[in-house]
Amino acid sequence: MLKRALAIISLLIIGYWLAQGLAGVPFGEDKMLVGQYYLDHVKEQTGAVNAVTAVVVNYRGFDTLGEVTVLFIASTGVGALLWRKKKKRTAKTEGSIVLTTGTTLLFPFVVLFGAYIFIHGHLTPGGGFPGGATIATAFLLLYMAFVQYEIPHRAFEKTEGAVGVAYVLVGLIGLVIGGYFLYDWIWQDWGFGADNIGRLLSGGFIPIIYTIIGLKVGTELSGIIDNMLKEEVSE
Amino acid sequence: MNCITCIEYIIVGVMIISAILAVEWRDLLAATVGMAAVSLFASLLFLILQAPDVAMTEAAIGAALSGAIFIFAIKRTQRFETEEEEKPGWWVRW
Repeated sequence: MLKRALAIISLLIIGYWLAQGLAGVPFGEDKMLVGQYYLDHVKEQTGAVNAVTAVVVNYRGFDTLGEVTVLFIASTGVGALLWRKKKKRTAKTEGSIVLTTGTTLLFPFVVLFGAYIFIHGHLTPGGGFPGGATIATAFLLLYMAFVQYEIPHRAFEKTEGAVGVAYVLVGLIGLVIGGYFLYDWIWQDWGFGADNIGRLLSGGFIPIIYTIIGLKVGTELSGIIDNMLKEEVSE
Repeated sequence: MNCITCIEYIIVGVMIISAILAVEWRDLLAATVGMAAVSLFASLLFLILQAPDVAMTEAAIGAALSGAIFIFAIKRTQRFETEEEEKPGWWVRW
């Protein structure tokens, strides 16, 4: 009881302190200089219309690489924890007719929408992470609807590794050409799509990196679903 | 108060209720649904606050994927929380 009371009192003190600290910070006002800088210069510096993804991929590309690494480690951890010598799908009841029919009809469109989200990351809201998650939900639908379905493991693992290497390669090419890691050589040196801002073929390497991230997130989350669903079978 | 604000207040209220229910329900399957509902309403709130990209991520990951993964985990373990002894309700417990 004393412990609880102490916990509540300390929580109240910390909460009051945080509220006091945050009360002085104006919310939603233009006090941050760096945000205004991004909004003013995003078009000429990155060629992207969507400032959010320009910040995520171009200005803060290295952080995004770290984020992808975190996801990779999480997926590896799930795989390692649930590793068994022989795993199989043990589901017995087939999905209902609504689920199976809906899945076969919707699956291509869900994958198409996911691909749309990550390919148009520099134009419309979205990007690699939502796109990849959408693709993973498409595979989740397949897993739920069909008893026997499994993702094509070898293709998925190869894709995952290849796109992970490709991200670092894009960064290293930038290092060779421009002098720092993840330098956007497509936009800054070639000026590719400079007269095409606001259309698909612009934005420097943002579409390329977002395609990489989308494929990586999609394959990784599908792999996690596959790991969670399969169960060990005794031989 | 215009009506967008009332909708926001309603959504926040439903989020708090479903969060409390997600903690309190003994049936873990129902608790997972409560947790997914929190994510779903959070994504609606993000949409109202003009962050459509965050809303998409929240709906796909929070509501769909993590809910599904929790359900798979429940399927492998057990559906109900074990009750060794009768515990008092939340108003006394904390």
